[in-house]
Amino acid sequence: MAHVSLKGVCKSFGRTEVIKGVDIEIEDGEFVVFVGPSGCGKSTLLRMIAGLEDITAGTLEIAGKVVNDVPPKDRGIAMVFQTYAIFPHMTVRENVAFGLTINGVPKAEKAEKVAEAARILQMEHLLDRRPSELSGGQRQRVAIGRAIVRDPAVFLFDEPLSNLDAALRMDMRLEIGKLHQDLGATMVYVTHDQVEAMTLADKIVVLKDGEVMQVGSPMELYHHPANLFVAGFLGAPSMNFISVETQAVSDGRARVTNAALDPIEVSTTGRDIQTGSKAILGVRPQYLVPSATPSEGMLHGNVLLTERLGAETVVEVGLKDGTRVIAALGEDRVLEPGIEIGLGFDPAQAHLFAEA
Amino acid sequence: MASRLTTSNRAGWTFALPGFSLIALFIILPFFFAFGLSLTNQRLVSPNPTQYVGLDNYRELLDLGVITLEPERDEAGALLRDDDGNLEYPRVREITRSDDYPQYSGMREWFRWHSGDIAKVVVASDVVFMKSVVNTLAFVVVVAPVQAAFALLLALLINQRLRGINLFRTIYFMPVVVSIVVVSLLWRFIYSGNDGLLNNLLGAMTFGAWQPIDWLGNTDTALGSIMAMSIWQAVGFHMVIWLAGLQTISPTLYEVAKIEGASKWQTFRYVTWPGLRNTAVLILIVITMQAFAVFAQIDVMTGGGPLDSTQTLVFQAVERGYGKQDISGGATISVILFLLVLSISLVQRYLTRERR
Repeated sequence: MAHVSLKGVCKSFGRTEVIKGVDIEIEDGEFVVFVGPSGCGKSTLLRMIAGLEDITAGTLEIAGKVVNDVPPKDRGIAMVFQTYAIFPHMTVRENVAFGLTINGVPKAEKAEKVAEAARILQMEHLLDRRPSELSGGQRQRVAIGRAIVRDPAVFLFDEPLSNLDAALRMDMRLEIGKLHQDLGATMVYVTHDQVEAMTLADKIVVLKDGEVMQVGSPMELYHHPANLFVAGFLGAPSMNFISVETQAVSDGRARVTNAALDPIEVSTTGRDIQTGSKAILGVRPQYLVPSATPSEGMLHGNVLLTERLGAETVVEVGLKDGTRVIAALGEDRVLEPGIEIGLGFDPAQAHLFAEA
Repeated sequence: MASRLTTSNRAGWTFALPGFSLIALFIILPFFFAFGLSLTNQRLVSPNPTQYVGLDNYRELLDLGVITLEPERDEAGALLRDDDGNLEYPRVREITRSDDYPQYSGMREWFRWHSGDIAKVVVASDVVFMKSVVNTLAFVVVVAPVQAAFALLLALLINQRLRGINLFRTIYFMPVVVSIVVVSLLWRFIYSGNDGLLNNLLGAMTFGAWQPIDWLGNTDTALGSIMAMSIWQAVGFHMVIWLAGLQTISPTLYEVAKIEGASKWQTFRYVTWPGLRNTAVLILIVITMQAFAVFAQIDVMTGGGPLDSTQTLVFQAVERGYGKQDISGGATISVILFLLVLSISLVQRYLTRERR
């Protein structure tokens, strides 16, 4: 069983610490996505699992065996790279069979495995072409084919779709999802694209500066972000943060307000928030609704900019205290810049964070 | 027909003009001039008018003949032997100077071999030229592959991330920036038969058992010594070209090989070497052309001696054209060299063409 377990894993390049003690459990057959801004260490972490980078401290287990010092080929992994990394001088068939050729697998078995991989990826007609005759998506498919023939316990994907154009990216995303369903193998996928993370993952690991910010299912992370970073990182447009004062705290609920916000009671979700302290109120743009009638928690401001996308209208509003918030309205609306606007929201959809 | 390139680009052509005229004056014009000269009897300084002689110059250089000599017999028909017991043959010059054999007139013996009692003598109208052809070809055949292989080996060695690797890069490259004349002079001391560095070194390594050799004064070692020095001198140049080729190979391809478990040799065979294809073609052609043009080493170190054992084509061309003031003879050698290099380069191009 391909259970992957990282315990207190650290990585330093000289004095620079890039991974600072990471603990992650990946169950067999799970699709785990590492997501985070560039430089957060997600690719390094993946390369450590692959065995392309040494592990400075901590232990890495694959299928119950500590593999810290096991060479990549014996870890039961296969990796797909952002740049495809297919050999330009070999045909597709030779590329897919590369690992088998290296390891001296008999011809008949080789042909069978390549045919099987080609069938899964629907690229039988490409087998005799050269990489220069393939599109980006087809090249990535070849790279995935090369991973499949290894029959690995764990697939590792390092931003596999980042070099593709938008339309192709969506196709390939669906295909990778389907591949996971078909093969049922454990997959670890690195991306900075939150759409890929949300749609593909069973479990998302959000990383920042070499530390795990939160681990959980996509919806868990979306609806219950553990901290400001996760809240701001997931969701598009990203969550609005409004600096507020707490007037009263009781029974896990806090009454908050500021110059532009009519007082409203929201859940503290167990966070340490004191009466009279500063806090940050987070509301996703999708939950802000323009409203004419005064209500609790009304935000007052003026329209700065409107972007009409047809099915959606994105409005930038400058609040009376100078904060700018974004509201995403699920309909086509015309809002002239400069007009006064009131935005209401459902307190159940709001998050309250202690001031950093 | 005037194309856009020639009409709409006046400024560009103006800028290119000085370069083009210099190339025309010093390369293109002399090339055709040499071709023309090779068909005349022009001398460098001569009171006699120049005459068109057709292909006489070529005939004088290239004419070959094979003479079959029967061993001398006494009146009874028994074979005559000299004091050492070797068979006696008529002298070649009795034939080449005889009016009975006008086709061999003026020729001299190049080499001979025996089949049974019969001696076959190859006579050439210009034995020195023939020796220079053979020496030049031998030089190319040895220097081109050995130098390319050494350069690749060095490039692979210095293409690593090690402390102080730049020091090694500098050391290997240093002979290239030193003038070949200076290098040749230094190596004359190294090869010196009396107290040369090489003899001293070999003597020290064998605890005095080594008998000093006059490396450049011996027909068996002179050409080999010059080859060794030439390989050493220019190996750094080709090392840099290989290095440039090595650095164009994507590091992810090496990571793929690592994950698939390729051995060092397999990595070289499947990743490095195919990635160096174009570099290899370039290096092969460049080294071949440079090796054909070998001159300075010969001029400084041996002057073609001993016993013409280090004569080369370019050295002969210069020697004849300027030393003996036979400019048409020198031009003829140049043209022959040009045709030789051209045909070999074309063959190389054909053999290394990209197969689709």
